[in-house]
Amino acid sequence: MVNRANSETSAVDEKTSFAGPKDYFALLKPRVMSLVIFTALVGMVAAIADGASVHPGLAAASLLAIAVGAGASGALNMWWDADIDAVMARTIGRPIPQGLVPKSEAAGFGMLLSALSVALLALASNYVAAGLLAFTIFFYVVIYSMWLKRSTPQNIVIGGAAGALPPVVAWAAASGTAPLDAWILFLIIFLWTPPHFWALALYREGDYARAGVPMMPNIAGEASTKKQIFGYAVILVIAGIAPYATGLGGTAYLAISSAFGAGFLMLAWRVLKSAPRSKEAPKQLFAFSILYLFALFAALLAEDLYAIYV
Amino acid sequence: MSDAPDLSPEAKKKRGQRNLAIALGLIGFIAVVYLVTILKIAGNIGGAS
Repeated sequence: MVNRANSETSAVDEKTSFAGPKDYFALLKPRVMSLVIFTALVGMVAAIADGASVHPGLAAASLLAIAVGAGASGALNMWWDADIDAVMARTIGRPIPQGLVPKSEAAGFGMLLSALSVALLALASNYVAAGLLAFTIFFYVVIYSMWLKRSTPQNIVIGGAAGALPPVVAWAAASGTAPLDAWILFLIIFLWTPPHFWALALYREGDYARAGVPMMPNIAGEASTKKQIFGYAVILVIAGIAPYATGLGGTAYLAISSAFGAGFLMLAWRVLKSAPRSKEAPKQLFAFSILYLFALFAALLAEDLYAIYV
Repeated sequence: MSDAPDLSPEAKKKRGQRNLAIALGLIGFIAVVYLVTILKIAGNIGGAS
């Protein structure tokens, strides 16, 4: 037994010793981080266009802190979900299932970066923003990853709040407050999350079922999931118009939001009417949903930058 | 205190890269905290005058 234990330890050590900086960077979920940076940037610029005053250096440091906080959440999520990541085709290539980074190191790495990111945001901006960032990390790791993800098909509906908070955190970093317009940005991402992830779950259903994650398609069934996707798409497209109603977005935003909203609804309708087990329509909706969110936030960013500099 | 004798050249190279990344991360963090502090102090001086 001792020999077996020793040989297992040395095998792990041998593989672990081949982990490079890029493997630790992969723990931060760089693609999620890039979306967080983008939505946070839009929230911050919108706050500045709304009258907030912040030094560009402090704004950059705040965005860095928010990005690192998002990355820390990703590392802690990978630590907690290492067992299910190892059985899903989408996640099996992550550093922990690959045996490159030990779970304990991912946990330590995530906790250290969480503390540093919140401290840096408190220093660079204010305690409101730092408190919101700490809450975002807590919500993603404890409420979503540890509690909801394995216990309810509403996991990504409620858990989506964590992914929706970065523009609110950034708005608070710039202004010290979180007004209605900041929460409208939150609402758009919050309502966008279910159709986005359920479209993914529809063509990766086997993956989630094998891992024992109760995603909507493998609990409520495919037909119910498609109906819910369409329902959320309708509410999302209406929420997507809300920035125009409050003055957060202008006519250019309204045009882009309407055009991309029509596209979103059309693809959600195609998912609803698609044949059972069909993967094509959910794949198209999943891909378009990313473009939709990017287009809406890019339109807001462009309008705000125009208002600030022109 | 010496190098582990069973580390391959590739593993040693990766360890060196990890050490460098930690060093650069620490230097970067110190630099950001320093700059943020200076900017905050400068902002407070500007606000007080």
